[in-house]
Amino acid sequence: MSATSHIEDLLREHAQQVVFALARRRGDLVACEDAVQEALLAAALQWPSDGVPNNPKGWLTTVASRRWTELWRNDEARRRREQAAALMEVLPDGPVPGADDTLTLFLLCCHPSLSRLSQVALTLRAVGGLSTAEIARGFLVPEATIAQRISRAKQRLRAVGAEFHMPPPHEHRERVATVLEVLYLIFNEGYTASSGPQLNRVELTTEAIRLARQLRAQFPQDGEVAGLLALMLLTDARRLARTGPDGALIALAEQDRTRWNRAAIAEGVDIITETLAGSPIGPYQIQAAIAALHDEAPRAEETDWRQILALYGLMETVAPGPMVTLNRVVALAMVEGPQAGLDRLAALESGSGLAGHYRVHAVRAHLLDLAGDQAAARDHYEQAARLTLCIPEQRYLAARAARAGRC
Amino acid sequence: MKYMILISHNKQARDAWESFTDAERAKGYQVHADLHNDLVESGEMVVAEALADPAQAKRILVSDGRATTTDGPFPEVKEHLAGFYMVDVDSVETAIEYAARIPEARYGLVEVRPVLGNSGTDL
Repeated sequence: MSATSHIEDLLREHAQQVVFALARRRGDLVACEDAVQEALLAAALQWPSDGVPNNPKGWLTTVASRRWTELWRNDEARRRREQAAALMEVLPDGPVPGADDTLTLFLLCCHPSLSRLSQVALTLRAVGGLSTAEIARGFLVPEATIAQRISRAKQRLRAVGAEFHMPPPHEHRERVATVLEVLYLIFNEGYTASSGPQLNRVELTTEAIRLARQLRAQFPQDGEVAGLLALMLLTDARRLARTGPDGALIALAEQDRTRWNRAAIAEGVDIITETLAGSPIGPYQIQAAIAALHDEAPRAEETDWRQILALYGLMETVAPGPMVTLNRVVALAMVEGPQAGLDRLAALESGSGLAGHYRVHAVRAHLLDLAGDQAAARDHYEQAARLTLCIPEQRYLAARAARAGRC
Repeated sequence: MKYMILISHNKQARDAWESFTDAERAKGYQVHADLHNDLVESGEMVVAEALADPAQAKRILVSDGRATTTDGPFPEVKEHLAGFYMVDVDSVETAIEYAARIPEARYGLVEVRPVLGNSGTDL
Protein backbone atom coordinates (compact mmCIF):
# COMPACT_ATOMS: atom_id res chain seq x y z
CA MET A 1 0.00 0.00 0.00
CA SER A 2 1.44 3.38 -0.96
CA ALA A 3 2.00 6.17 1.57
CA THR A 4 -0.71 8.28 -0.05
CA SER A 5 -3.35 5.59 0.11
CA HIS A 6 -2.30 4.86 3.69
CA ILE A 7 -2.95 8.52 4.55
CA GLU A 8 -6.28 8.42 2.68
CA ASP A 9 -7.36 5.39 4.69
CA LEU A 10 -6.28 7.05 7.90
CA LEU A 11 -8.24 10.19 7.04
CA ARG A 12 -11.35 8.27 6.11
CA GLU A 13 -11.10 6.26 9.30
CA HIS A 14 -10.85 9.34 11.51
CA ALA A 15 -13.10 11.76 9.61
CA GLN A 16 -16.34 10.62 11.16
CA GLN A 17 -14.99 10.44 14.73
CA VAL A 18 -13.60 13.94 14.41
CA VAL A 19 -16.96 15.19 13.16
CA PHE A 20 -18.62 13.62 16.19
CA ALA A 21 -16.01 14.94 18.60
CA LEU A 22 -16.54 18.40 17.23
CA ALA A 23 -20.32 18.10 16.96
CA ARG A 24 -20.53 17.15 20.62
CA ARG A 25 -18.81 20.37 21.55
CA ARG A 26 -20.18 22.70 18.89
CA GLY A 27 -23.58 21.25 18.16
CA ASP A 28 -24.13 22.22 14.52
CA LEU A 29 -23.35 19.04 12.61
CA VAL A 30 -23.34 20.65 9.17
CA ALA A 31 -20.84 23.36 10.12
CA CYS A 32 -18.66 20.80 11.91
CA GLU A 33 -18.61 18.67 8.81
CA ASP A 34 -17.43 21.60 6.71
CA ALA A 35 -14.71 22.37 9.25
CA VAL A 36 -13.56 18.75 9.33
CA GLN A 37 -13.44 18.69 5.53
CA GLU A 38 -11.00 21.56 5.60
CA ALA A 39 -8.91 19.85 8.26
CA LEU A 40 -8.83 16.71 6.09
CA LEU A 41 -7.71 18.77 3.14
CA ALA A 42 -4.95 20.35 5.22
CA ALA A 43 -3.87 16.89 6.36
CA ALA A 44 -3.87 15.53 2.81
CA LEU A 45 -1.58 18.40 1.79
CA GLN A 46 0.75 18.38 4.81
CA TRP A 47 1.10 14.79 5.95
CA PRO A 48 2.73 13.37 2.82
CA SER A 49 5.65 15.85 3.18
CA ASP A 50 5.70 16.51 6.95
CA GLY A 51 4.87 12.96 8.02
CA VAL A 52 1.82 11.62 9.83
CA PRO A 53 1.50 13.13 13.33
CA ASN A 54 1.69 10.82 16.34
CA ASN A 55 -1.94 11.42 17.18
CA PRO A 56 -3.71 11.91 13.82
CA LYS A 57 -7.16 12.18 15.36
CA GLY A 58 -6.03 14.80 17.84
CA TRP A 59 -4.31 16.75 15.06
CA LEU A 60 -7.46 16.69 12.94
CA THR A 61 -9.69 17.66 15.84
CA THR A 62 -7.49 20.63 16.75
CA VAL A 63 -7.29 21.91 13.17
CA ALA A 64 -11.01 21.32 12.56
CA SER A 65 -11.89 23.07 15.80
CA ARG A 66 -9.78 26.09 14.82
CA ARG A 67 -11.35 26.12 11.39
CA TRP A 68 -14.82 25.85 12.90
CA THR A 69 -14.17 28.96 14.93
CA GLU A 70 -13.06 30.82 11.82
CA LEU A 71 -16.09 29.66 9.87
CA TRP A 72 -18.28 30.56 12.76
CA ARG A 73 -16.85 34.06 12.98
CA ASN A 74 -17.23 34.62 9.25
CA ASP A 75 -20.78 33.56 9.45
CA GLU A 76 -21.58 35.05 12.76
CA ALA A 77 -24.22 37.56 11.75
CA ARG A 78 -26.32 34.89 10.07
CA ARG A 79 -25.62 32.40 12.78
CA ARG A 80 -26.55 34.69 15.59
CA ARG A 81 -30.14 34.53 14.42
CA GLU A 82 -30.28 30.76 14.36
CA GLN A 83 -27.81 29.76 16.97
CA ALA A 84 -29.30 30.29 20.39
CA ALA A 85 -32.28 27.98 20.15
CA ALA A 86 -30.81 25.47 17.72
CA LEU A 87 -27.53 24.86 19.51
CA MET A 88 -29.18 24.20 22.82
CA GLU A 89 -31.45 21.61 21.34
CA VAL A 90 -28.76 19.84 19.38
CA LEU A 91 -26.19 19.70 22.15
CA PRO A 92 -26.52 16.54 24.16
CA ASP A 93 -26.69 16.88 27.95
CA GLY A 94 -23.79 14.61 28.65
CA PRO A 95 -21.25 12.50 26.80
CA VAL A 96 -22.79 10.52 23.97
CA PRO A 97 -21.43 7.07 23.17
CA GLY A 98 -20.03 6.85 19.63
CA ALA A 99 -22.40 4.05 18.66
CA ASP A 100 -25.50 6.19 18.95
CA ASP A 101 -23.81 8.93 16.98
CA THR A 102 -23.33 6.74 13.92
CA LEU A 103 -26.91 5.50 13.93
CA THR A 104 -28.21 9.03 14.45
CA LEU A 105 -26.12 10.24 11.54
CA PHE A 106 -27.38 7.40 9.31
CA LEU A 107 -30.97 8.32 10.11
CA LEU A 108 -30.34 12.02 9.57
CA CYS A 109 -28.72 11.42 6.16
CA CYS A 110 -31.67 9.27 5.09
CA HIS A 111 -34.22 11.73 6.43
CA PRO A 112 -37.63 11.25 4.76
CA SER A 113 -37.70 14.88 3.58
CA LEU A 114 -34.75 14.23 1.22
CA SER A 115 -34.91 12.81 -2.30
CA ARG A 116 -33.36 9.39 -2.82
CA LEU A 117 -30.45 10.87 -4.80
CA SER A 118 -29.74 13.28 -1.93
CA GLN A 119 -29.97 10.52 0.69
CA VAL A 120 -27.41 8.48 -1.23
CA ALA A 121 -24.99 11.38 -1.68
CA LEU A 122 -25.29 12.59 1.91
CA THR A 123 -24.87 9.10 3.39
CA LEU A 124 -21.69 8.46 1.41
CA ARG A 125 -20.40 11.90 2.29
CA ALA A 126 -21.27 12.21 5.96
CA VAL A 127 -21.26 8.60 7.17
CA GLY A 128 -18.89 7.09 4.61
CA GLY A 129 -16.49 10.02 4.65
CA LEU A 130 -16.09 9.99 0.85
CA SER A 131 -15.21 13.25 -0.86
CA THR A 132 -17.65 14.78 -3.34
CA ALA A 133 -15.12 13.97 -6.07
CA GLU A 134 -15.10 10.29 -5.08
CA ILE A 135 -18.89 10.12 -5.02
CA ALA A 136 -19.05 11.85 -8.39
CA ARG A 137 -16.65 9.30 -9.89
CA GLY A 138 -18.68 6.48 -8.41
CA PHE A 139 -21.88 7.68 -10.04
CA LEU A 140 -20.28 9.11 -13.18
CA VAL A 141 -21.68 12.59 -12.76
CA PRO A 142 -19.84 15.93 -12.43
CA GLU A 143 -18.46 16.77 -9.01
CA ALA A 144 -20.45 20.03 -9.00
CA THR A 145 -23.67 18.01 -9.28
CA ILE A 146 -22.84 15.95 -6.19
CA ALA A 147 -21.67 19.04 -4.28
CA GLN A 148 -24.96 20.72 -5.12
CA ARG A 149 -26.98 17.67 -4.05
CA ILE A 150 -25.21 17.60 -0.71
CA SER A 151 -25.53 21.30 -0.10
CA ARG A 152 -29.24 21.24 -0.98
CA ALA A 153 -29.78 18.25 1.27
CA LYS A 154 -28.19 20.13 4.17
CA GLN A 155 -30.33 23.19 3.46
CA ARG A 156 -33.38 21.00 3.37
CA LEU A 157 -32.50 19.39 6.70
CA ARG A 158 -32.11 22.84 8.22
CA ALA A 159 -35.37 24.01 6.68
CA VAL A 160 -37.40 21.12 8.06
CA GLY A 161 -35.69 21.51 11.42
CA ALA A 162 -34.09 18.06 11.39
CA GLU A 163 -31.63 17.73 14.23
CA PHE A 164 -28.80 15.53 15.29
CA HIS A 165 -30.68 13.35 17.72
CA MET A 166 -32.42 10.00 17.57
CA PRO A 167 -36.00 10.04 16.28
CA PRO A 168 -38.64 8.67 18.65
CA PRO A 169 -38.63 4.85 18.89
CA HIS A 170 -41.91 4.39 17.00
CA GLU A 171 -40.20 5.87 13.90
CA HIS A 172 -37.11 3.67 14.10
CA ARG A 173 -38.32 0.77 11.98
CA GLU A 174 -39.41 2.91 9.05
CA ARG A 175 -36.34 5.15 9.23
CA VAL A 176 -33.94 2.21 9.36
CA ALA A 177 -35.80 0.65 6.40
CA THR A 178 -34.96 3.77 4.37
CA VAL A 179 -31.29 3.50 5.35
CA LEU A 180 -31.31 -0.11 4.13
CA GLU A 181 -32.83 0.90 0.79
CA VAL A 182 -30.17 3.56 0.37
CA LEU A 183 -27.35 1.13 1.18
CA TYR A 184 -28.73 -1.51 -1.19
CA LEU A 185 -29.01 1.08 -3.94
CA ILE A 186 -25.36 2.08 -3.41
CA PHE A 187 -24.38 -1.59 -3.49
CA ASN A 188 -26.22 -2.32 -6.73
CA GLU A 189 -24.92 0.82 -8.38
CA GLY A 190 -21.42 -0.42 -7.67
CA TYR A 191 -22.07 -4.05 -8.55
CA THR A 192 -20.97 -3.51 -12.10
CA ALA A 193 -19.45 -5.81 -14.61
CA SER A 194 -16.56 -3.54 -15.40
CA SER A 195 -13.33 -5.30 -16.22
CA GLY A 196 -9.80 -4.43 -15.25
CA PRO A 197 -8.59 -2.31 -12.40
CA GLN A 198 -10.45 0.97 -12.09
CA LEU A 199 -7.90 3.36 -10.73
CA ASN A 200 -9.18 6.09 -8.49
CA ARG A 201 -12.69 4.72 -8.55
CA VAL A 202 -14.19 4.15 -5.15
CA GLU A 203 -15.82 0.76 -5.08
CA LEU A 204 -19.39 1.48 -4.13
CA THR A 205 -20.05 -2.17 -3.28
CA THR A 206 -17.20 -2.20 -0.76
CA GLU A 207 -18.42 1.08 0.64
CA ALA A 208 -22.00 -0.21 0.95
CA ILE A 209 -20.77 -3.31 2.79
CA ARG A 210 -18.63 -1.20 5.11
CA LEU A 211 -21.60 1.02 5.91
CA ALA A 212 -23.88 -1.98 6.44
CA ARG A 213 -21.33 -3.38 8.91
CA GLN A 214 -21.33 -0.09 10.78
CA LEU A 215 -25.11 0.01 10.82
CA ARG A 216 -25.27 -3.55 12.12
CA ALA A 217 -22.82 -2.72 14.89
CA GLN A 218 -25.20 0.05 15.99
CA PHE A 219 -28.38 -1.91 15.50
CA PRO A 220 -27.48 -5.55 16.21
CA GLN A 221 -31.02 -6.55 17.13
CA ASP A 222 -32.46 -5.72 13.69
CA GLY A 223 -32.80 -8.86 11.54
CA GLU A 224 -33.17 -6.92 8.30
CA VAL A 225 -29.94 -4.96 8.86
CA ALA A 226 -28.13 -8.28 9.35
CA GLY A 227 -30.05 -9.72 6.39
CA LEU A 228 -28.91 -6.94 4.07
CA LEU A 229 -25.28 -7.26 5.19
CA ALA A 230 -25.44 -11.03 4.55
CA LEU A 231 -27.11 -10.50 1.16
CA MET A 232 -24.39 -8.06 0.09
CA LEU A 233 -21.59 -10.35 1.26
CA LEU A 234 -23.10 -13.40 -0.44
CA THR A 235 -23.66 -11.49 -3.69
CA ASP A 236 -20.33 -9.70 -3.71
CA ALA A 237 -18.59 -13.03 -3.08
CA ARG A 238 -19.34 -13.98 -6.71
CA ARG A 239 -18.03 -10.78 -8.18
CA LEU A 240 -14.73 -12.09 -9.62
CA ALA A 241 -16.46 -15.00 -11.31
CA ARG A 242 -19.25 -12.86 -12.66
CA THR A 243 -17.33 -11.45 -15.62
CA GLY A 244 -14.92 -13.01 -18.09
CA PRO A 245 -11.51 -11.54 -18.97
CA ASP A 246 -13.16 -9.61 -21.83
CA GLY A 247 -15.69 -8.04 -19.45
CA ALA A 248 -18.61 -10.21 -20.64
CA LEU A 249 -21.17 -11.29 -18.03
CA ILE A 250 -21.15 -14.93 -16.99
CA ALA A 251 -24.43 -16.45 -15.83
CA LEU A 252 -24.55 -17.93 -12.34
CA ALA A 253 -24.80 -21.51 -13.64
CA GLU A 254 -21.65 -21.10 -15.75
CA GLN A 255 -19.43 -19.30 -13.26
CA ASP A 256 -16.14 -20.81 -12.11
CA ARG A 257 -17.08 -21.43 -8.51
CA THR A 258 -13.48 -21.77 -7.41
CA ARG A 259 -13.21 -18.01 -7.95
CA TRP A 260 -15.96 -17.26 -5.44
CA ASN A 261 -14.81 -15.58 -2.25
CA ARG A 262 -15.09 -18.36 0.36
CA ALA A 263 -14.44 -16.10 3.33
CA ALA A 264 -17.25 -13.73 2.33
CA ILE A 265 -19.58 -16.69 1.78
CA ALA A 266 -18.75 -18.18 5.18
CA GLU A 267 -19.35 -14.85 6.88
CA GLY A 268 -22.61 -14.25 5.00
CA VAL A 269 -23.88 -17.75 5.75
CA ASP A 270 -23.01 -17.40 9.45
CA ILE A 271 -24.82 -14.06 9.69
CA ILE A 272 -27.96 -15.22 7.92
CA THR A 273 -28.13 -18.53 9.79
CA GLU A 274 -27.86 -16.79 13.12
CA THR A 275 -30.35 -14.09 12.11
CA LEU A 276 -33.01 -16.40 10.73
CA ALA A 277 -33.00 -18.28 14.02
CA GLY A 278 -33.71 -15.22 16.12
CA SER A 279 -35.46 -12.45 14.20
CA PRO A 280 -38.83 -11.83 12.58
CA ILE A 281 -38.44 -12.73 8.89
CA GLY A 282 -38.04 -9.97 6.28
CA PRO A 283 -37.26 -9.59 2.58
CA TYR A 284 -33.50 -8.99 2.93
CA GLN A 285 -33.16 -12.07 5.10
CA ILE A 286 -35.06 -14.18 2.57
CA GLN A 287 -32.94 -12.90 -0.31
CA ALA A 288 -29.79 -13.57 1.71
CA ALA A 289 -31.00 -17.11 2.41
CA ILE A 290 -31.54 -17.65 -1.34
CA ALA A 291 -28.09 -16.22 -2.13
CA ALA A 292 -26.62 -18.56 0.50
CA LEU A 293 -28.24 -21.59 -1.17
CA HIS A 294 -26.67 -20.61 -4.51
CA ASP A 295 -23.29 -19.95 -2.91
CA GLU A 296 -23.25 -23.23 -1.00
CA ALA A 297 -23.85 -25.44 -4.03
CA PRO A 298 -20.51 -26.95 -5.12
CA ARG A 299 -21.84 -27.22 -8.70
CA ALA A 300 -24.81 -25.47 -10.36
CA GLU A 301 -26.57 -28.85 -10.77
CA GLU A 302 -26.46 -29.35 -7.02
CA THR A 303 -28.35 -26.13 -6.25
CA ASP A 304 -31.23 -26.75 -3.84
CA TRP A 305 -33.93 -25.30 -6.13
CA ARG A 306 -36.74 -26.81 -4.06
CA GLN A 307 -35.78 -24.73 -1.09
CA ILE A 308 -35.19 -21.67 -3.28
CA LEU A 309 -38.68 -22.12 -4.73
CA ALA A 310 -40.13 -22.27 -1.22
CA LEU A 311 -38.22 -19.11 -0.23
CA TYR A 312 -39.52 -17.19 -3.28
CA GLY A 313 -43.00 -18.35 -2.26
CA LEU A 314 -42.39 -16.85 1.17
CA MET A 315 -41.02 -13.71 -0.45
CA GLU A 316 -44.25 -13.34 -2.44
CA THR A 317 -46.22 -13.10 0.78
CA VAL A 318 -43.73 -10.89 2.65
CA ALA A 319 -42.71 -8.51 -0.14
CA PRO A 320 -44.50 -9.28 -3.41
CA GLY A 321 -43.32 -7.66 -6.64
CA PRO A 322 -42.86 -8.42 -10.32
CA MET A 323 -39.18 -9.41 -9.96
CA VAL A 324 -40.01 -11.80 -7.13
CA THR A 325 -42.74 -13.38 -9.25
CA LEU A 326 -40.32 -13.82 -12.16
CA ASN A 327 -37.60 -15.32 -9.99
CA ARG A 328 -40.14 -17.73 -8.61
CA VAL A 329 -40.99 -18.79 -12.16
CA VAL A 330 -37.31 -19.57 -12.78
CA ALA A 331 -37.12 -21.60 -9.57
CA LEU A 332 -40.30 -23.47 -10.53
CA ALA A 333 -38.80 -24.32 -13.92
CA MET A 334 -35.66 -25.63 -12.24
CA VAL A 335 -37.75 -27.91 -10.02
CA GLU A 336 -40.53 -29.01 -12.38
CA GLY A 337 -38.96 -28.44 -15.78
CA PRO A 338 -38.93 -25.58 -18.30
CA GLN A 339 -42.46 -26.23 -19.59
CA ALA A 340 -43.94 -25.73 -16.11
CA GLY A 341 -42.12 -22.37 -15.97
CA LEU A 342 -43.34 -21.34 -19.42
CA ASP A 343 -46.94 -22.25 -18.56
CA ARG A 344 -46.76 -20.23 -15.36
CA LEU A 345 -45.23 -17.28 -17.22
CA ALA A 346 -48.03 -17.34 -19.81
CA ALA A 347 -50.66 -17.41 -17.05
CA LEU A 348 -48.98 -14.53 -15.22
CA GLU A 349 -48.44 -12.29 -18.18
CA SER A 350 -52.09 -11.98 -19.11
CA GLY A 351 -53.12 -10.61 -15.74
CA SER A 352 -50.17 -8.66 -14.32
CA GLY A 353 -48.06 -5.61 -14.90
CA LEU A 354 -45.23 -7.82 -16.11
CA ALA A 355 -45.87 -7.62 -19.84
CA GLY A 356 -43.16 -5.96 -21.88
CA HIS A 357 -40.48 -5.89 -19.19
CA TYR A 358 -37.11 -7.04 -20.53
CA ARG A 359 -36.76 -9.54 -17.69
CA VAL A 360 -39.88 -11.34 -18.86
CA HIS A 361 -38.28 -11.77 -22.27
CA ALA A 362 -34.98 -12.81 -20.67
CA VAL A 363 -36.68 -15.42 -18.48
CA ARG A 364 -38.87 -16.73 -21.30
CA ALA A 365 -35.83 -16.92 -23.60
CA HIS A 366 -33.91 -18.86 -20.96
CA LEU A 367 -36.78 -21.31 -20.42
CA LEU A 368 -37.34 -21.77 -24.16
CA ASP A 369 -33.60 -22.36 -24.49
CA LEU A 370 -33.78 -25.07 -21.80
CA ALA A 371 -36.87 -26.56 -23.48
CA GLY A 372 -34.99 -26.82 -26.77
CA ASP A 373 -37.00 -24.26 -28.75
CA GLN A 374 -33.99 -22.37 -30.10
CA ALA A 375 -35.77 -20.17 -32.64
CA ALA A 376 -38.23 -18.79 -30.12
CA ALA A 377 -35.47 -18.45 -27.51
CA ARG A 378 -33.42 -16.35 -29.89
CA ASP A 379 -36.38 -14.09 -30.58
CA HIS A 380 -36.91 -13.38 -26.87
CA TYR A 381 -33.20 -12.98 -26.12
CA GLU A 382 -33.11 -10.34 -28.85
CA GLN A 383 -36.11 -8.51 -27.45
CA ALA A 384 -34.62 -8.61 -23.95
CA ALA A 385 -31.31 -7.25 -25.30
CA ARG A 386 -33.14 -4.35 -26.93
CA LEU A 387 -35.00 -3.45 -23.74
CA THR A 388 -32.36 -3.72 -21.01
CA LEU A 389 -30.64 -0.53 -19.79
CA CYS A 390 -27.51 -2.32 -18.65
CA ILE A 391 -24.63 -2.58 -21.14
CA PRO A 392 -23.10 -5.86 -19.85
CA GLU A 393 -26.55 -7.44 -19.77
CA GLN A 394 -27.25 -6.26 -23.27
CA ARG A 395 -24.04 -7.84 -24.43
CA TYR A 396 -24.81 -11.08 -22.58
CA LEU A 397 -28.34 -11.34 -24.00
CA ALA A 398 -27.16 -10.57 -27.53
CA ALA A 399 -24.52 -13.31 -27.21
CA ARG A 400 -27.18 -15.75 -26.02
CA ALA A 401 -29.38 -14.83 -28.99
CA ALA A 402 -26.48 -15.47 -31.35
CA ARG A 403 -25.72 -18.81 -29.68
CA ALA A 404 -29.38 -19.90 -29.93
CA GLY A 405 -29.33 -18.89 -33.59
CA ARG A 406 -26.44 -21.23 -34.35
CA CYS A 407 -28.08 -24.36 -32.98
CA MET B 1 -31.12 7.13 -13.56
CA LYS B 2 -29.58 9.15 -16.32
CA TYR B 3 -31.71 10.35 -19.21
CA MET B 4 -30.77 12.17 -22.36
CA ILE B 5 -33.22 14.85 -23.43
CA LEU B 6 -32.67 15.34 -27.15
CA ILE B 7 -33.92 18.44 -28.93
CA SER B 8 -34.32 18.31 -32.70
CA HIS B 9 -35.12 21.08 -35.14
CA ASN B 10 -36.95 20.89 -38.45
CA LYS B 11 -38.23 23.34 -41.02
CA GLN B 12 -41.44 24.01 -39.11
CA ALA B 13 -39.56 24.89 -35.93
CA ARG B 14 -37.02 26.97 -37.82
CA ASP B 15 -39.75 28.94 -39.64
CA ALA B 16 -41.53 29.57 -36.36
CA TRP B 17 -38.29 30.74 -34.74
CA GLU B 18 -37.51 33.05 -37.67
CA SER B 19 -40.96 34.61 -37.46
CA PHE B 20 -40.46 35.49 -33.79
CA THR B 21 -39.92 39.04 -32.60
CA ASP B 22 -36.81 39.82 -30.55
CA ALA B 23 -38.89 39.77 -27.41
CA GLU B 24 -40.30 36.35 -28.26
CA ARG B 25 -36.82 35.03 -28.93
CA ALA B 26 -35.54 36.44 -25.67
CA LYS B 27 -38.33 34.56 -23.96
CA GLY B 28 -37.27 31.35 -25.69
CA TYR B 29 -33.68 31.78 -24.54
CA GLN B 30 -34.91 32.50 -21.03
CA VAL B 31 -36.82 29.21 -20.89
CA HIS B 32 -33.59 27.33 -21.59
CA ALA B 33 -31.60 29.45 -19.15
CA ASP B 34 -34.19 28.79 -16.42
CA LEU B 35 -34.25 25.08 -17.13
CA HIS B 36 -30.45 24.98 -17.03
CA ASN B 37 -30.38 26.83 -13.70
CA ASP B 38 -33.06 24.66 -12.16
CA LEU B 39 -31.18 21.50 -13.10
CA VAL B 40 -27.90 22.82 -11.68
CA GLU B 41 -29.66 24.03 -8.56
CA SER B 42 -31.39 20.70 -7.93
CA GLY B 43 -28.20 18.68 -8.43
CA GLU B 44 -29.70 16.80 -11.39
CA MET B 45 -27.58 18.26 -14.20
CA VAL B 46 -25.00 16.06 -15.86
CA VAL B 47 -24.28 18.08 -18.99
CA ALA B 48 -26.14 20.28 -21.48
CA GLU B 49 -25.02 21.76 -24.77
CA ALA B 50 -26.47 23.44 -27.82
CA LEU B 51 -25.08 22.39 -31.19
CA ALA B 52 -23.95 24.64 -34.00
CA ASP B 53 -26.03 24.94 -37.16
CA PRO B 54 -26.01 21.85 -39.40
CA ALA B 55 -24.20 23.97 -42.01
CA GLN B 56 -21.16 23.49 -39.74
CA ALA B 57 -21.50 19.71 -39.71
CA LYS B 58 -18.96 17.40 -41.27
CA ARG B 59 -19.69 13.82 -42.12
CA ILE B 60 -16.84 11.39 -41.83
CA LEU B 61 -16.36 8.36 -44.02
CA VAL B 62 -13.49 6.02 -43.33
CA SER B 63 -12.50 3.69 -46.09
CA ASP B 64 -9.23 1.81 -46.51
CA GLY B 65 -8.14 3.43 -43.24
CA ARG B 66 -8.48 6.95 -44.66
CA ALA B 67 -11.02 9.47 -43.42
CA THR B 68 -12.76 11.76 -45.89
CA THR B 69 -15.29 14.41 -44.92
CA THR B 70 -18.37 15.88 -46.54
CA ASP B 71 -19.51 19.34 -45.46
CA GLY B 72 -23.06 19.96 -44.29
CA PRO B 73 -25.81 20.92 -44.47
CA PHE B 74 -27.19 17.68 -45.83
CA PRO B 75 -30.36 18.35 -47.87
CA GLU B 76 -31.81 14.89 -47.30
CA VAL B 77 -31.89 15.41 -43.50
CA LYS B 78 -35.32 16.66 -42.46
CA GLU B 79 -34.64 16.87 -38.74
CA HIS B 80 -31.33 17.53 -37.06
CA LEU B 81 -30.09 17.41 -33.49
CA ALA B 82 -29.95 20.93 -32.10
CA GLY B 83 -29.01 20.35 -28.49
CA PHE B 84 -29.29 18.09 -25.49
CA TYR B 85 -29.56 17.91 -21.74
CA MET B 86 -28.28 14.91 -19.84
CA VAL B 87 -29.96 14.68 -16.43
CA ASP B 88 -29.59 12.34 -13.48
CA VAL B 89 -33.00 12.06 -11.81
CA ASP B 90 -35.05 9.80 -9.55
CA SER B 91 -37.53 8.73 -12.24
CA VAL B 92 -38.44 8.96 -15.91
CA GLU B 93 -41.43 11.10 -14.92
CA THR B 94 -39.08 13.80 -13.61
CA ALA B 95 -37.09 13.70 -16.86
CA ILE B 96 -40.34 14.09 -18.83
CA GLU B 97 -41.39 17.03 -16.68
CA TYR B 98 -38.15 18.83 -17.50
CA ALA B 99 -38.39 17.90 -21.19
CA ALA B 100 -41.93 19.26 -21.40
CA ARG B 101 -40.64 22.73 -20.47
CA ILE B 102 -38.53 22.94 -23.63
CA PRO B 103 -40.27 25.12 -26.27
CA GLU B 104 -39.47 22.66 -29.07
CA ALA B 105 -41.74 20.16 -27.32
CA ARG B 106 -44.66 22.09 -28.83
CA TYR B 107 -43.59 20.71 -32.20
CA GLY B 108 -42.99 17.20 -30.91
CA LEU B 109 -39.24 17.63 -31.34
CA VAL B 110 -38.11 16.66 -27.84
CA GLU B 111 -37.23 13.09 -26.99
CA VAL B 112 -36.32 11.46 -23.66
CA ARG B 113 -34.03 8.42 -23.85
CA PRO B 114 -32.67 6.33 -20.96
CA VAL B 115 -28.87 6.15 -20.85
CA LEU B 116 -27.37 2.66 -20.66
CA GLY B 117 -25.40 1.94 -17.53
CA ASN B 118 -23.17 -0.75 -16.11
CA SER B 119 -25.05 -1.67 -13.00
CA GLY B 120 -27.29 -4.65 -12.90
CA THR B 121 -28.16 -7.69 -10.89
CA ASP B 122 -27.28 -11.31 -11.46
CA LEU B 123 -29.00 -13.12 -14.28
